[in-house]
Amino acid sequence: MFYREAGEFKTSYKADQATFPIRFDRIFFWSVTAFAFLVVPFLINDYWEKAVFIPFMVFALAALGLNILTGYCGQVSLGTGGFMAVGAYACYKLMTAFPDLNMVPIIFLSGAVTAAVGILFGLPSLRIKGFYLAVATLAAQFFLVWLFNKVPWFYNYSATGQITAPERTVFGFAVTGAAAQPATTYLFCLAFLFVFAWVARNLVRGRIGRSWMAIRDMDIAAEIIGVNPLRTKLSAFAVSSFYIGMAGALFFALWQGAAEVTEAFGINQSFMVLFMIIIGGLGSIFGSLVGAAFMVLLPVLFKNIFVGAFGWPTDLSQYLQLMLVGGLIIFFLIVEPHGIAALWRTTKEKLRLWPFPH
Amino acid sequence: MAFFDVFFWEVVVSGLLAGVMYSLVALGFVLIFKASGIFNFAQGVLALFAALTLVGFQTGQVPFSHLINAVLGTNIQHWGEGTHTFLAIVLTLLVMIGLAWLIVRLALSKLVNQEGIILFMATIGLAYVLEGLGDIMWGADVKTLDVGLPTGPSDTIIDATGMFVEKLEIAAAIVAVLLVVSLTIFSQYTKMGRALRAVADDHQAALSVGISLETIWWVVWSVAGIVALVAGVMWGAKSGVQFSLSLIALKALPVLMLGGFTSIPGAIIGGLIIGVGEKLFEIYLGPMLGGATENWFAYMLALVFLLFRPQGLFGERIIERV
Repeated sequence: MFYREAGEFKTSYKADQATFPIRFDRIFFWSVTAFAFLVVPFLINDYWEKAVFIPFMVFALAALGLNILTGYCGQVSLGTGGFMAVGAYACYKLMTAFPDLNMVPIIFLSGAVTAAVGILFGLPSLRIKGFYLAVATLAAQFFLVWLFNKVPWFYNYSATGQITAPERTVFGFAVTGAAAQPATTYLFCLAFLFVFAWVARNLVRGRIGRSWMAIRDMDIAAEIIGVNPLRTKLSAFAVSSFYIGMAGALFFALWQGAAEVTEAFGINQSFMVLFMIIIGGLGSIFGSLVGAAFMVLLPVLFKNIFVGAFGWPTDLSQYLQLMLVGGLIIFFLIVEPHGIAALWRTTKEKLRLWPFPH
Repeated sequence: MAFFDVFFWEVVVSGLLAGVMYSLVALGFVLIFKASGIFNFAQGVLALFAALTLVGFQTGQVPFSHLINAVLGTNIQHWGEGTHTFLAIVLTLLVMIGLAWLIVRLALSKLVNQEGIILFMATIGLAYVLEGLGDIMWGADVKTLDVGLPTGPSDTIIDATGMFVEKLEIAAAIVAVLLVVSLTIFSQYTKMGRALRAVADDHQAALSVGISLETIWWVVWSVAGIVALVAGVMWGAKSGVQFSLSLIALKALPVLMLGGFTSIPGAIIGGLIIGVGEKLFEIYLGPMLGGATENWFAYMLALVFLLFRPQGLFGERIIERV
């Protein structure tokens, strides 16, 4: 009834190419944003912050990054965990080396460091493709984790080998450490996610995003029509690693507060983010967010059902959860290989025609 | 020359034998990749599952006992003394074949004609399902597996050369050779083997001459399940049946990259190169770098190697057209 473009007349190209061409979508988007920024901070408590919102936002940022690389540029990467570790350790080193620095530039710089590392490990992509590249990125994953484990300089020679986030502030509010309020950390992460989702959305429909997609669809053809594969692939690695590095920094500094590299940034983390973008939808910004929400909320839900409602032992619920996640992945791939984002698109098409299906 | 003393050769031999173990896992990958173009990430978990099932049958565990106890409040663990090793192996083989049927029937047959990456993801999902299933069915504790394989260092080799070589690893090498020979015979000289190669060559052409894709996939996954059982038994006898067994699948990936995804000899030789390289690097250069280089050396070696030869040692040449 309300969801249709009939009666909305576009008078400029700008309006025609808007991300949300339908008024209902725009209203919906801005009300969700307003709710997230203005209402949630007053309601949030510690449990919702640490178990739902912060994990969601951290993984959404990582999923955005991986989606740029895998979904838009077609380079499969299994090194996400390793790159998140780079972001986290860069963040830690910067936090301890420059105690007076504001948290915002620290997160940006962590992203930049990760981008540099990403370019380095992106170099093989110029020669290796497909599965071979996926396995090559495993080299990054294992090497980086090993490096942070073995070189004491990275964890400031602490006896446990752990890194712990000291207290840092933004505009006088503590965002890391024990004194940080749930609302502050929530808003801090949300601001990052909001800005960078917007940046990603505009990157992928601009010149650079189109060259990524050209390389994804057929790299040789793209090269022949004048897309420089070196610059395109490496820029995808750089931007993707930038996002993933920021996600890693937020993961460590705001969410966990302390991290041990083999536990926090193992290969499972890489798969987790990969699942997010597959379930959400490869090559879709909305899909990255939905996928992250799905994979973060599912375990919370299962835990509440199995342990909370049925009273089963936690280990059992954990295995059941593994099975269900795996089963759901297969189910989604069979039903809709392009993820929830594609399902959502079909729903929208149907909504436009509703109540007349033809 | 200090490098060429007994110790050096001992490292080389133990590397070669470790490489055989990697090859065993890599073989399962190659079989499935050749026949269906599926990059089967679940191979390692398949090995873990096979080993868990074998131990479960041997010791007479009740499947799903943990779940049943949690739901019904009972306390059942075992249903008797357990079965004879031989019978347990036969039962496990049957389970693996049934599992292969389920996998093909429920998941893969519905994913025909999808892109490789989607199939790859599906096998990761499968890996999760199997891991959860294995843990729920048989419990997650570390189990010891004893199928009567010889253990301990081999005395004859110590007497002859002074090298310290595990009997178990020699047994693994012999088994690997037998496995490769029988697989070769199976694929070259049987009717089913010929159909299998036909499918590997060209799905459509094979379908058009009346070969059932689903049956072939079932056979391939069963064979991969059997190979997984062999790998699971070897690794399980070496280091106990536990979750880390599924991680050897990751080690098999660089082996595949070196050898090429489509070559059975490649899987063996790749495994040997990785095994020896990793051991030598760890022993002679590892201490300088802080140790535990085994975690990443194989991947780096494969990465560097691929830069010069993107299709691996024995892989089919990659020809790309627009």
